[in-house]
Amino acid sequence: MLKKIWHFYRDGFRAMVLGRTLWKIVLIKVAVLLALANFILPDYLNRNFNTAQQRAAHVLDNLTPPGSASGQ
Amino acid sequence: MIEALDLSMVNWARAQFALTAMFHWIFVPLTLGLSFLLAFFETLYVRTGNEVWKRITKFWMSLFAINFAIGVATGIILEFEFGTNWSNYSWMVGDIFGAPLAAEGIFAFFIEATFFAVMFFGWNRVSKGFHLLSTWMVAIGSNLSALWILVANGWMQYPVGMKFNPESARFEMENFFEVLLSPVAVGKFTHATSSSFQLACLFVVAVCSWFLLRRRHQEMAKRSIIVASIFGLFASGFVAFTGDEAAHTAGQVQPMKLAAMEGLYDGEVGAPLLIFGIPNLDKRPGDDLPAFHEAVGIPYALSFLTNRSFNSFVPGINDLLYGNPEHGVMGVTEKMALGKQAVEQLAFYKGAKKVGNEAAAQQALVGFEEISPYLGYGYLNSAEEAVPPIALNFFSFRIMVGLGIFFPILFLVFVFATLYDKVAEQKWLLVTGVASLFLGYIASEAGWVVAEVGRQPWAIQGLLPVSVARSNLTAATVAGTFFMFLFLFTVLLVAEVRIMLKQIAIGPEEN
Repeated sequence: MLKKIWHFYRDGFRAMVLGRTLWKIVLIKVAVLLALANFILPDYLNRNFNTAQQRAAHVLDNLTPPGSASGQ
Repeated sequence: MIEALDLSMVNWARAQFALTAMFHWIFVPLTLGLSFLLAFFETLYVRTGNEVWKRITKFWMSLFAINFAIGVATGIILEFEFGTNWSNYSWMVGDIFGAPLAAEGIFAFFIEATFFAVMFFGWNRVSKGFHLLSTWMVAIGSNLSALWILVANGWMQYPVGMKFNPESARFEMENFFEVLLSPVAVGKFTHATSSSFQLACLFVVAVCSWFLLRRRHQEMAKRSIIVASIFGLFASGFVAFTGDEAAHTAGQVQPMKLAAMEGLYDGEVGAPLLIFGIPNLDKRPGDDLPAFHEAVGIPYALSFLTNRSFNSFVPGINDLLYGNPEHGVMGVTEKMALGKQAVEQLAFYKGAKKVGNEAAAQQALVGFEEISPYLGYGYLNSAEEAVPPIALNFFSFRIMVGLGIFFPILFLVFVFATLYDKVAEQKWLLVTGVASLFLGYIASEAGWVVAEVGRQPWAIQGLLPVSVARSNLTAATVAGTFFMFLFLFTVLLVAEVRIMLKQIAIGPEEN
């Protein structure tokens, strides 16, 4: 069964004509997008804070800007 | 005009998100709609045994593959943008979006990806029936993917089934089915998918019209046109029905969006629905200037659309901003006062927690929860900030609706011209058919402008304005990445159009 599935995919990929070009485009594009995303679109909270608690505190700080009340 | 542009970080982040979403939406509707057309074509092949239908199916399948390959993964950029530009928002909605997006991964994408290989590699390798089943499963899987994304989007427009937890600074889901079956989510899914079917039908009609103009592949073109036009007609009916329902829902849960779409400043009983108008760009909320230089409307139609009653009251922008006690409309000014109290209670809660005063924290929490539905209004500096761009919404809505009326007429003409075997002789109709593809994309993108610009300034309706949802980044940083993506997307779009045109030029015989 597994052999049949393997042959199915292998033959399918080998017989591709237009598909070869499309796969190249997909692979190049995904590589470029992921590289760009990692370098120029880093996750702001993950990069600047180490723990979930710190991230939550930062967001809560943004939701309660200076000037709003304090319960201290 | 240029000096009036606000080049703040939040606006660059908005522009970047709009650019990415609108680029992504070039590919998505064609994938959603064409997948069903493939299933129809192949069903005709399996039922009739006529090899022409198989050739037709394989030809459209090759165009489907090109569109899918170029479009795939462009949506991932949106998720990265959430984390980078909209980190507060991203953190706050993590619990809500996690469930629908996980459901997408598990159910829809899995079905789609599994049967994709069979659809492309399985010709003559698996039985006709199993191949047909795979094609149908790709269509259903693709559309199910859209469901979960639109559920997430629907929640942003109408946040239900959740509660805000100040401890984690997150909206936490309380009722999955309330989120899944909210009228906005259902309306978004049905309207977006049916308009995608319409766009795919226009794509098939446009390509076939081009073939007929060039006197090539005429039998294939006529057969494809008849299937696409009939499906397009049904889809258009559904688009109209779901569009009406979506506008009705907006009137109930996002009245400011509906008022902006109509340029309605002062609410009316028996309000007319404007067919066309020239908005007065100098008009501001609360002033005495006329809202329109010229306007033509259908009497009572807006009242019926909004409330399903011809003589009902539809609130305008001024009613929604400053309140209208006579008609029970609470104004933004009043909501802002409650919102500021909610922010204060939240600050009390945070401060009390910090010093370990649990009793004070709980008291603040009770106070906060009573008025938490108004939280977002507490961040507005003036009531007028709650008004989305009027002219952009007004014209986008009319472009979408106007084209939405034109398309079924076009499909109907194509059906009759093809049935009477006159379509190849009607050059004007074929030229219109080719041009209609561009109109289809304009209508589709205009729909997203209405949906997304119309809900501004909210990232989450009433709870989180974009000004608070954003990350603490500089405008220059976001502007830089905006132009980088603009370049990348332009390259990808040029690649798609070139490969697509090349494949269309080869035509069905060569596949």
